[in-house]
Amino acid sequence: MAAKSITQEYLKGLWDENPVFRQLLGMCPILAVTNAVINGIAMGLATAFVLVLSSLVVSSIKKLIPSQVRIASYIVVIATFVTMADRFLAAYFPPLSKSLGPYVPLIVVNCIILGRQEAFSSKNSIGRSMIDALGMSTGFILALLTLSSIREILGTGTFLGHQVLGAWFKPWIIMILPAGAFITLGILLALAMFIEQKTKARS
Amino acid sequence: MELLMIFISAILVNNFVLYYFLGICPFLGVSKKIDSAVSMGLAVTFVMTITAVVSWMINHWILIPNKLEYLQIVTFILVIASLVQLVEMFIRKISPPLYQALGIYLPLITTNCAIMGLALIAALKEYNFATTVIFGIGSGVGFTLAIVLMAGIREQLDVSDVPRPLKGAGIALIVAGIMALAFQGFSGMIK
Repeated sequence: MAAKSITQEYLKGLWDENPVFRQLLGMCPILAVTNAVINGIAMGLATAFVLVLSSLVVSSIKKLIPSQVRIASYIVVIATFVTMADRFLAAYFPPLSKSLGPYVPLIVVNCIILGRQEAFSSKNSIGRSMIDALGMSTGFILALLTLSSIREILGTGTFLGHQVLGAWFKPWIIMILPAGAFITLGILLALAMFIEQKTKARS
Repeated sequence: MELLMIFISAILVNNFVLYYFLGICPFLGVSKKIDSAVSMGLAVTFVMTITAVVSWMINHWILIPNKLEYLQIVTFILVIASLVQLVEMFIRKISPPLYQALGIYLPLITTNCAIMGLALIAALKEYNFATTVIFGIGSGVGFTLAIVLMAGIREQLDVSDVPRPLKGAGIALIVAGIMALAFQGFSGMIK
């Protein structure tokens, strides 16, 4: 693989290797917390925090970890940062932490994070790993924002709690139910696939 | 009676896959054939039940008495990882045919968020011991039900004419959405 420039390293997380739309990773949180935009943003930022700092630690200690126990070591590193994020949310944003429920602690089993450590941070320099983690986090946050905006606007007629659609609008209750999450994500995935096939056909 | 309610609600109403969105990766990944879906479901039910027991004991006998609840995340994930390893070795020794059947699915379970979710939700809801065990078994059965139904539908989908961009994950998610809608109908059963 030819060395990528720093910008390419960052940008690949947004589309080419977007964790949600292209790699189908991190499906549980993306379906579970996107019934409101604010939940999506909080989840995205918490995941980004854990991903970037875990990449920093893993890429700086990669030479010290024997390869037989590397997965267990990564998990301990990730779990430490998840605990920090979880405690922070519980202390400063109690209502938000309540509405996210078990999904903040569950960042620990988010496959995006472990996947990046195994596939990238354990083989690359600290700087590159951080850029990669930032790119992946941005891609993940974008996916969360897209899905949660669609669901909140159609499901309740609001965006971040503000009314955006007029009184004529009858909320589609299904969008905030679990079923709405599955169907919306299915359609978005098909859309991403469609765009990809079109661009491939053109080039 | 209350235990029965918890059991039924874990299977139908608060189904792990269709209500909590946990275990989506195996739900989408291992639901192409009914046989493998059944094996995966069995393996998950098995590990879930044991995890429910062990995580309850650790939480109530070690973490809570010592005011160490903030260590839940780290301890649970390590316990689950080592538990899966242990169960794998145990089954290989005791019952080779069962090991053959569960085979590759056991190690995959470590990264299945349904297991971790079970331990966390049981701790969050402060279930007592009996309830935790029933909740563990019920959740496992619920997961099995969802993944087997899904596999049945996907076997049919293979031979139907699906638009190209929807093929694979797209149509699977939409099918899951319709299933979730159907399961929503059970929510009236339990207040």
